[in-house]
Amino acid sequence: LIDIDFAELTQYLINGLAQGAIYALIALGYTMVYGILQMINFAHGEFFMVGGMLGLLFIQRLHMPWYLGFPMAMLAVGGLAVLVERFCYRPLRNAGRIAPLITALGISIFILEAVRITAGAEPRSFPSVLEDKVYEFGSVVLQQNQIVILVVSLVLMAILHTIVMKTKVGRAMRALSVDFDACRLMGVNVDRIISLTFFIGATLAAVAGTLVGMYYNQVEPYMGQLAGLKAFTAAVLGGIGSIPGAVVGALFLGISEALVVGYGTSSYRDAIAFGILIVILMFRPWGLLGKPIREKV
Amino acid sequence: MQTRLNNSSFFSTLSQTLLTPVLALASLGVAQGAAQAAPLKAKVGIFLPMSGGTATFGEETNSGIQMAVQEINAQGKVKLELVLEDEKSEVTDSANAVKKLINVDKVDIVLGSVASSNTSAAAPIAQTAKVPLLTPASTNPDVTKKGEYISRICFIDDFQGLAMAKFAIDTLGAKTAALVTDSSSDYSIGLAKAFKDAFVERGGKITVEVSYQQKDQDFSSQLTRVRVKKPDVVFAPGYYTEIGNMIRQAKKMGVKNAKGVQTPFLGGDGWSSPKLYELGGDAIVGHYYSDHFSEEDTDPTVQDFVKRYQKKFKIIPGAMAALGYDSAYVVADAIIRAGGANDREKLMKAINSTKGLKGVTGVISLDQNRNASKPLVILETQRTRAAFKQRVAP
Repeated sequence: LIDIDFAELTQYLINGLAQGAIYALIALGYTMVYGILQMINFAHGEFFMVGGMLGLLFIQRLHMPWYLGFPMAMLAVGGLAVLVERFCYRPLRNAGRIAPLITALGISIFILEAVRITAGAEPRSFPSVLEDKVYEFGSVVLQQNQIVILVVSLVLMAILHTIVMKTKVGRAMRALSVDFDACRLMGVNVDRIISLTFFIGATLAAVAGTLVGMYYNQVEPYMGQLAGLKAFTAAVLGGIGSIPGAVVGALFLGISEALVVGYGTSSYRDAIAFGILIVILMFRPWGLLGKPIREKV
Repeated sequence: MQTRLNNSSFFSTLSQTLLTPVLALASLGVAQGAAQAAPLKAKVGIFLPMSGGTATFGEETNSGIQMAVQEINAQGKVKLELVLEDEKSEVTDSANAVKKLINVDKVDIVLGSVASSNTSAAAPIAQTAKVPLLTPASTNPDVTKKGEYISRICFIDDFQGLAMAKFAIDTLGAKTAALVTDSSSDYSIGLAKAFKDAFVERGGKITVEVSYQQKDQDFSSQLTRVRVKKPDVVFAPGYYTEIGNMIRQAKKMGVKNAKGVQTPFLGGDGWSSPKLYELGGDAIVGHYYSDHFSEEDTDPTVQDFVKRYQKKFKIIPGAMAALGYDSAYVVADAIIRAGGANDREKLMKAINSTKGLKGVTGVISLDQNRNASKPLVILETQRTRAAFKQRVAP
């Protein structure tokens, strides 16, 4: 009996980890943009959705192999994010906080409806890219898709970490998050760095979109809404603006959801997940890994 | 006329009822020559899920209604004008759609919807406005309890739950079952309870109960709980979008019974969609659900309907198409008996006293609770469609 309970718990942890890794890939985009612009890009969930839908389009309709279709979906979504930033957010960069926020909501609705009108609102079956293989350890099942999700997100996070911490571009990003004007004075091409930030964040979200398609076998135009909200929650939970925080927050959220559904009931899944968020933010308003900051005067 | 139908005895049984699809076609030929009285006019509002998670229900039902109305109008006794509203598979949009149909379009009668929660949300509006609302496919018992203006032409979930529990025990030899309920749907909750009561009463044991919500994509935690209990069957009375995906995940995760064989999933008419097979992939083979209609039914009325529907829409009709088709004929029949649609109370009473109308989903008679008591079919899922397994009389 103890063995079964342990196996069941392990199973929830594995399932939660896979879901958390997907949240993490989306949460990174929120946190990177917020870190630099102090702006919550509510259209980010739609980048995730477009990634999944384009992945499906390239693989199923245009019959591309996945190793061609997925990178193309990533690049396309990255390009979309750069365009959105260039034409919708940049003109409003000095317009205070509310205008870009409302614009982001508008962009989100625009992208969602554009996809819904062209592709239809129906959930679509995502082709099995990899064999539906499972590895059994006693009564614990590890799906091949789960391994792929974990490996891909780990590799991407490692790459992101290297970019942010070890490259010149990364140093510019970190500098921008501290002081905009000083960076400009030091000769940093601010617009280019911001474009790049949007590009990287959106490609990560697009990867998450295709992974979700592979893992849950379906994509639909509305998938970005709840996933975007959850990832945003994860970013806030971990401390918005902090890259490791986004990852920790996302894994925390994914695992707690799996445990709530496993040992409690699915009806309370979102209530408990957001309840945890509220409690943590009451005691640590800056999130798990964020730093308390004083408002610049 | 008889040579045209190629079945004279079939025709004589039909001629006793006022309106049937075949008769409608037959009288179409007669009507051309004869002078006719001005047709009784009525405006029919339809609210259906044309988008969202149960969109194929809306598309199919609408096709069935459109086809029937074309036949009815051509026949000349009744002239129905249709107004369609999309309820988007959402409860709030359902209520709004019916408000609009009644207040703006001023319809005489409302047809719809499929999901019981959505019909239930709209029912009080129709009841208060005293506009008859006839649902072709909502099976939750509570739907028609909203008032005398609300009625249905399908069986209710108590019957589906009982039939599937009997099937699980008698045909599949099940002793244990898992319940997977969509907790956001009245339909799913009611049907799960009906199954549970009947299954337990017959000596079966429910070993685990889990729930999910519409639009969920991840069922891994629920299936993990089911998996450790190794049940003989899983009763999952949800809608096709989630079920197709869930069955695919269950196969991947290796949900098996105590003998190590893949556990069959059982469900109700919420599974009845071609999308089930697309979303379920290869995993969809070998599960069972109860439905209103099978296109394999050898009844000549059904075969004639299937042939004509297929010719018109280039696809095989599902249960929702058949129910939509029948619902329009129930409306036309009631309008003729009420002598028009202007008096809503008279129309409501005419609908509620529908008796012995032979449709493609069986003979339709409404009881005092405004429900129809009809046989159901149990179907077995194959790779791209469902095969007829058995018929269960009420």
